[in-house]
Amino acid sequence: MREPTIFELSSNGRTGVIFPEADVPLAELPEKMLRRDLPLPEISEIDVVRHFTHLSHLNYSIDENIYPLGSCTMKYNPRINEETARMPGFIFSHPMQAIETVQGNLVLMYQLQEWLKAISGFHAITLQPAAGAHGEFTGVLIIRAYHRDRNDLKRTKILIPDSAHGTNPASSSMIGMEVLTVPSDARGNVDLAALKKSCDETTAGLMLTNPNTLGLFDENIQQVIDIVHQAGGLVYGDGANLNALMGIIRPADMGIDLMHFNLHKTFSTPHGGGGPGSGPVGVSEALVDFLPEPVVGVIEEAEEDLPPLYGFIKPAKTIGRMKSFQGHFGVLVRAFTYIMMHGAAGLRNASEMAVLNANYLLARLRNTYKVPYDRICMHEFVAEGRWPDAEGIHALDIAKRLIDYNLHPPTNYFPLIVPEALMIEPTETESKQSLDAFVDIMIKIAGEAHSSPELLKNAPHHAPVKRLDEVKAARDLTLCCGRTE
Amino acid sequence: MFTPHTETEVAEMLQVIGLSRLEDLFKLVPESCRYPKLDLPQGLTEMETRLELQFLSESNETAHDQACFLGAGAYNHYSPAAVDAIIRRGEFLTAYTPYQPEISQGTLQAIFEYQSLIALLTGMEVCNASHYDGATAIAEAAVMAYHTFRGKRSKIVISPALHPQYRETIKTYLQGYAGLSIVGDESDVDLHQHPSEMKSLIDDDTSLVIVQYPDFFGRVFELKEIIEATHAVGALIAVSVNPLSLGLLSPPGEMGADIVTGEGQSLGLPLSFGGPYLGIFATKKEYIHKVAGRLVGETVDKDGKRAYVLTLTAREQHIRRERATSNICTNQGLMALASTVYLSLLGRSGLKQVASLSYHKAHFAFDRISRISGYEVWSTAPFFNEFVIKCPKPVEDINFHLMDHGIIGGYDLGKTYPALEGHMLLACTEMTTRQEIDGLVNILTEVTHA
Amino acid sequence: MNIPKELKYEKTDEWVSVKDKMATVGISDYAQEQLSDIVYVDITLSAGDKVNKGTVIATIESVKAAADVNMPIGGTVVEVNSALSDTPELVNTDPYGAAWMVKVEMDDPQDVKSLMDSAAYEKYCADRTH
Repeated sequence: MREPTIFELSSNGRTGVIFPEADVPLAELPEKMLRRDLPLPEISEIDVVRHFTHLSHLNYSIDENIYPLGSCTMKYNPRINEETARMPGFIFSHPMQAIETVQGNLVLMYQLQEWLKAISGFHAITLQPAAGAHGEFTGVLIIRAYHRDRNDLKRTKILIPDSAHGTNPASSSMIGMEVLTVPSDARGNVDLAALKKSCDETTAGLMLTNPNTLGLFDENIQQVIDIVHQAGGLVYGDGANLNALMGIIRPADMGIDLMHFNLHKTFSTPHGGGGPGSGPVGVSEALVDFLPEPVVGVIEEAEEDLPPLYGFIKPAKTIGRMKSFQGHFGVLVRAFTYIMMHGAAGLRNASEMAVLNANYLLARLRNTYKVPYDRICMHEFVAEGRWPDAEGIHALDIAKRLIDYNLHPPTNYFPLIVPEALMIEPTETESKQSLDAFVDIMIKIAGEAHSSPELLKNAPHHAPVKRLDEVKAARDLTLCCGRTE
Repeated sequence: MFTPHTETEVAEMLQVIGLSRLEDLFKLVPESCRYPKLDLPQGLTEMETRLELQFLSESNETAHDQACFLGAGAYNHYSPAAVDAIIRRGEFLTAYTPYQPEISQGTLQAIFEYQSLIALLTGMEVCNASHYDGATAIAEAAVMAYHTFRGKRSKIVISPALHPQYRETIKTYLQGYAGLSIVGDESDVDLHQHPSEMKSLIDDDTSLVIVQYPDFFGRVFELKEIIEATHAVGALIAVSVNPLSLGLLSPPGEMGADIVTGEGQSLGLPLSFGGPYLGIFATKKEYIHKVAGRLVGETVDKDGKRAYVLTLTAREQHIRRERATSNICTNQGLMALASTVYLSLLGRSGLKQVASLSYHKAHFAFDRISRISGYEVWSTAPFFNEFVIKCPKPVEDINFHLMDHGIIGGYDLGKTYPALEGHMLLACTEMTTRQEIDGLVNILTEVTHA
Repeated sequence: MNIPKELKYEKTDEWVSVKDKMATVGISDYAQEQLSDIVYVDITLSAGDKVNKGTVIATIESVKAAADVNMPIGGTVVEVNSALSDTPELVNTDPYGAAWMVKVEMDDPQDVKSLMDSAAYEKYCADRTH
């Protein structure tokens, strides 16, 4: 049964909610400015609730089963986060209130800045960016502002390894930087010779994901960073893969100058079917003045009986404001809750178990699936979804067949440097039993690929819908449903 | 915490990997900085953590137990209980972006319905799956207009009555575009001007004109004239809206706007100290290939069954990389879902009722305050749920006084508009009661004598 | 794969058909096949525009990829194929015919000499598929 759209459920005259009548005299309405009609659907509350409950049943989620989506860190989202984020004092606070009335929020934000500094080794943090890509954009703006402040105007190029996420080059070109792609070497590291050749007095910086999207810790990390620094460039860290490093190494200690965090990956805030995220950025001492405004700081120092007064500070040479208000506060509360529960030992344990789980899957799968860069991985690894003796089978077919076994597929066709890529990230919250069950099915599918390939090519067989006609979607573009009149 | 392995299991797994100790997994990490001591407090149990957070939460004074007359881009509306109940469902909450459509039809159909509802509300043909907030949505509109003219038009005209933080965000976003000028919101511009007076700034080098509706001061102006003037030179016009006001007011799409953006917070999202909110972005179908962000389209599966899928993805960063015009990836999926549930619950009559209640309460408050001696009306233009009052004392002082009486006062306009020193921007919603308005009027009266 | 003998080809998979000083440009059958189902063609030029070899003249989007079309020769645009904005699928069905993209008056007709003939292009495509 297909679920009707919300418009198809409408009956004239129904409503799902009633508001009190006005307790004030009615004012005259500006007749000329009023809309004639607003044919929104008319539905009772129970039918609205049922409709969205039906829709929810068509979704796969972390709450259901393992979600080994490489690069996305689909770890368990603790329910306590949802409780704390909804505490009345947080959820009813207005973003423009006088700071004296929202010290609870500001203490939380200040403390979170301090904790992210402790985890990463950076000198200062902005909590404002709304998502990872927004953090990258913030970072590249800071890099640009840093060079311009030094009157070093010819630094207009950003170097990006070929294994990087698409957001890296897109963020760079959004502010007019020229993007130079740096190849990877045979072991999956940044190709040092190519990097040296690309670095010169026009280099603004390098955007580096380490561990990279192959799940590999760069074997020459120190040299990579030194080469860029010697050329006068800055090194931006893409924090998408921080889940491998908490308590293992602080990115700033490697020499990285600035980096964004993905609170919705590393710090367990839910992905929500595509957001909201949160992408704080940490910077080294030389970059503190360029942070976007506002940053949370101490406005008045503590006195004998009084705690310090926290408030918003505008950095001296700020790049400006990245969005309205002060960041995704509700997401910050969740991440704060997560870090508070873990402490240093808990975070290190999370990273260790994430890396252990990935290596365990790698060890169990490498004889069945080709792993092109086969060495100890970090929190994820990339296998190939193809076999020379199973013609016509693609990574996509394996992904779709996994759905039949009620498993979410790994990320596929990324990174671009591995053909038919299957990028697998189990996260630390999966049990050994869950990992073993995933491996068993992956091995079974490899067998099916050889014995009955049609099973894969026509998969999924047991999902709410079968494979979709994406060409029709794009050519007969329908982005809105028919309306009730 | 949340890591389920027993010690025995860890040992078994290491054996399968062929290592003896966990430390062997991290040998590539430079030894000199491996295993830093993180300066964090000791981890707490869930029970202790909840108490710590409760302490912080309770140390705020908020709209939960105070009368709130503060708006300025975020409003204290009522969100029916079913909205939060739906977005807390794990199937929505803990799902990723719907890249595997066969097992994401719930999220996809919900976004499709969101796109449909917002298109209807704004009077536009198409809508994307969301931006971060009202500020970033209008900034993306500026980027889109720039690329629509392939960078050949170098001027963007902005109304000074666009939210100050939105104007700042646009300027941040555009700082890498060499040769681009942003005009119209200089500090000496007459804030009383009608949007049509911006006509003199528009020429054939203009890519985009941006106005807000209702504007930052709450005023509702007819936009037909400025829209026609913009189109006369072939430029685009974007209107930043408070979507809730469109339950009552004529939508910009009907007036001919090319892009309608807005802050979706008023559609059932909590204040939550500024986020996460919802960036609305709707436009005409002819610009759909220039739009940033995700789009959900209707299609069929192999059996011909109706289904939904992310479409026109070749616009986006994961395919186009440095040639993409926006880097947006994660958006506000769950907030878009919340507003979809909200609009579905309120429906045709409910949204109109909420908008009307907000209108009437604000007008009642305006009427009462304007009659207090010492307080002056700033503008006689029609307004929606927000208005400006010139105060006899510094706004900050008045607000401190109101705070003592459990009232969150209005926005101090002098902070961002030097010309409006001593002016307060006050907002009402359906949550505002007559009693609260009486209380506000009493204190404001009292302040003049203090 | 169809590689007409009478056309010239660029390394970035554009074809050129020449008649006196007039050149017509489109993308090859190989290119459309690599892109798969094309859903959008955006020609970024209009008549009268000056173009050089390498100028991006169009962007093509399929369900899984995006590609730029580059000018294989220099000249002045005489006409663009406006039909492609509504019927992008023509690039899949008739890449050398109805899906031509721009017509150009060449600055120097000798420019086409630097392009590949059909035999060279066929080999060039074959090398890439293996």
